[in-house]
Order: sequence, then structure tokens, then C-alpha cells
Amino acid sequence: MNINLTLIGQAISFAIFVWFCMKFVWPPVIAALEERSKKIADGLEAANRASRDLELAQEQATKTLRESKEQAAEIIEQANKRANQIIDEAKEQARTDGERLRDAAQAEIEQDVVRAREALRSQVSTLALIGAEKILGASVDEKAHSEIVEQLAKEL
Amino acid sequence: MASENLTASGYIKHHLQNLTFGQHPDGSWGIAHGADEAAAMGFWAIHLDTMLFSIGLGIFFLWLFRKAAKKVSVDTPSGLQNFVEMMVEFVDTSVKESFHGRNRVIAPLALTIFVWIFLMNLMDLIPVDFIPHLATLAGIPYFRIVPTTDINATLGLSLSVFALIIFYSIKIKGVGGFTKELTLQPFNTPIMIPFNFVLEMVGLLAKPVSLALRLFGNLYAGELIFILIAILPWFAQWALSVPWAIFHILVITLQAFIFMMLTIVYLSMAHEDH
Repeated sequence: MNINLTLIGQAISFAIFVWFCMKFVWPPVIAALEERSKKIADGLEAANRASRDLELAQEQATKTLRESKEQAAEIIEQANKRANQIIDEAKEQARTDGERLRDAAQAEIEQDVVRAREALRSQVSTLALIGAEKILGASVDEKAHSEIVEQLAKEL
Repeated sequence: MASENLTASGYIKHHLQNLTFGQHPDGSWGIAHGADEAAAMGFWAIHLDTMLFSIGLGIFFLWLFRKAAKKVSVDTPSGLQNFVEMMVEFVDTSVKESFHGRNRVIAPLALTIFVWIFLMNLMDLIPVDFIPHLATLAGIPYFRIVPTTDINATLGLSLSVFALIIFYSIKIKGVGGFTKELTLQPFNTPIMIPFNFVLEMVGLLAKPVSLALRLFGNLYAGELIFILIAILPWFAQWALSVPWAIFHILVITLQAFIFMMLTIVYLSMAHEDH
């Protein structure tokens, strides 16, 4: 078995064959592999994105919930404050009203007292005059002594 | 083949001769020089080249896939892992489509058969003289690098599959069920038992024989044509050898796939309980 040109012929054939494989067989195989790899990468990325989105949404939901809770608390507080204010106002109003009424009543009472005293005084003077008349027996001149009696009445 | 001391037929014969190790008729052990000596060794001889390349390629397959399996990650697969995943996916799909039983052996078996036979067939694309020339330089007289052009290799594969067919037939259907299948089909009457048995036995034995001969025949023919092309003048060889090699890419893949599919189908039939 000698080494001869056949070997070179086969080497040429082999070289052409390898070239053919590199040119036409290898690329589709590699493309298929790359496509598969890309598909998996895309799938993984989509899954990642979805989980990230979910996380974000959860965060957002928590935030919104917290905000609305805060808002609700604020509203309740405001309402409480307002209620207290209204109650205070009503109390104040009632107090002033009461005071006013009481003052008016007191003034009226005082007026009545003055009036009664006035009436009493005039009646006392009349009574005194009548009494003196009775004591002195008709000798007293009403006109002449009325000045004295009035003075007396004022002293009462 | 331009050398004077080698005729065309001598060249072809040389290329179709395995490196055979066995006992010579005179009682001494050694490597056979020529087909006559190899034939004289009888059954108790071994083809060293077939063994070396089939086992070597098997180890290469295991090493390659093991390497990918060890570094496997759940991230985007790249390079080797991507390729191995694609192969496993392809075989797994084929198995799922054809095999409906429950058996954890089938898919790994199919993967091994496909990749191993493909690798052994792939040796066919290496120019027919390269390795034999190197072997000659190393003092080895004969060297065939395509194990699947050796009927011993293909028959060995198909007989292993045949053993699995028998094993699962008996395991799933029981000895009685398997015997019934062999004797009461297609004519379910006691009188026809001998006829049924002969018919079913032929069908059963045809499975491993056809598996082995199909693979061997295709690859042997392909190899022979490569050798014939190599007899042409050296400057003209590429014109025939390149198209044939390109066509052969299809053949080697297809033969590996057919062997795998038929194995799956045969084992699926062995699992079918009537």
C-alpha cells in the first residue's frame, strides 16, 4: 500500500466537502441553535418582566391603599374637629343666650322692684296722711301739710 | 491506486478488510493478513478496528453529553448545552409520539442509539484513504474506520434491541401472554397454532435482522461507492466524491434516525398488552 496521488485527490475532495459544509450545512444548523437559544432567552426575559411588573403593581397597590387610609384618617379627623367646633359654638351660643336672658330677667326684676318701691312709697305717704288726718281729726289742711308729708314720704 | 503492485480489485478488497485478531489455523494468535486468513479464524476472532472506533465514539458521545449535563443551567442555554438540549428534545419528542407505555429506559436508549449510530456513520465522510494510510505508516495492515459498515457491529446493536424486545414482552405480558401472542395470532383456533407460531416467529426474527441489515447495507454501499470513486484519477475524484458525500450527510442521519425510530416502535409493540 503506497502513498500516491490518490491521497491528494481525496484531500481535494475533502477540502471541497468541508467548504460545502461550512457554507451550506453549518449555517442553518447554527441558525436553528441560535433561534432556539433566542427563543428561550426571550421567554426568560418575558417571565422576568412579568414578575417585575407584578412587583411594581403590588407596590403601587400598597401605596394607593396606604394613601387612601391616610386620606380617610384625615377626613375623619377633620370631621371630628368640625363636630367639636360645632359643639363648642353651640355651647358658646347657649351660654351667651342664657346670660342675655338672665340679664334681661334681672333688669326686669330690678325695674319691678323700683316700681313696687315707688308704689309702696306713694301708698305709705297716703296712708300716713290718712293716719295723721285721723289722729288730728279733720283739722289738718291737706294742702298746707302735703309738703311735709311728701318730705316724709321721700325719707322713707 | 496508481501504484503498480496494487490492482483495483486488490485496493477494494484491502479497504473492505477489517483488522481481525484471532487464532490462526496453525494455533498461533495474531492479526489476519488478508481475507482468507481472517475467514480461516472462524467465529472466534475480533475486529479490532470496529471495536476501537465504536467504543471510542461511544465514549466520545458519553463524554460530550456528560460535559454538557454537568454544566447545565436554567439560564439561556448556550453552545454545547443548547445543542445537547436540542438533541434530547428531538429524541424525547420522537419517543413521546411513538411510545405510549411507561418506561424510563426507552428515551435514554433512543438517544444513545441515535447519537452513537450517527457518530459511527459520520466516520464514513472522512476520506477512505486518510486513516488507513496513517495506520499503514504505523505498521497496521488493515483499518476500517466506519463500524457500521461491519455487520458485526450492526447485528450486535440489533440483537441487543431484540433482547430488550423479548425482555419487555415477557415482563409486560408475562410468559403466557407472550406465548399466546406468538401462537394465537392471526388465527385464533387451536388447530392453527403451528401455522401461527411459524408466522409470528418469522415476524419476530425479522425485526433484528432487518434492523441490522438495513443499517449495514446502506453504510456498506456508501463506503463501497467512496472506495470506487477513489479508484478514479486523482484530479477527477472531487467531481463524484463531493456530491456523494453531500448526499451521504442525509443518508447517515436518516439511517441513525430510522434505527432509533424502529427501536422505539418495536419496544412500543412489546409493551402493548392485548
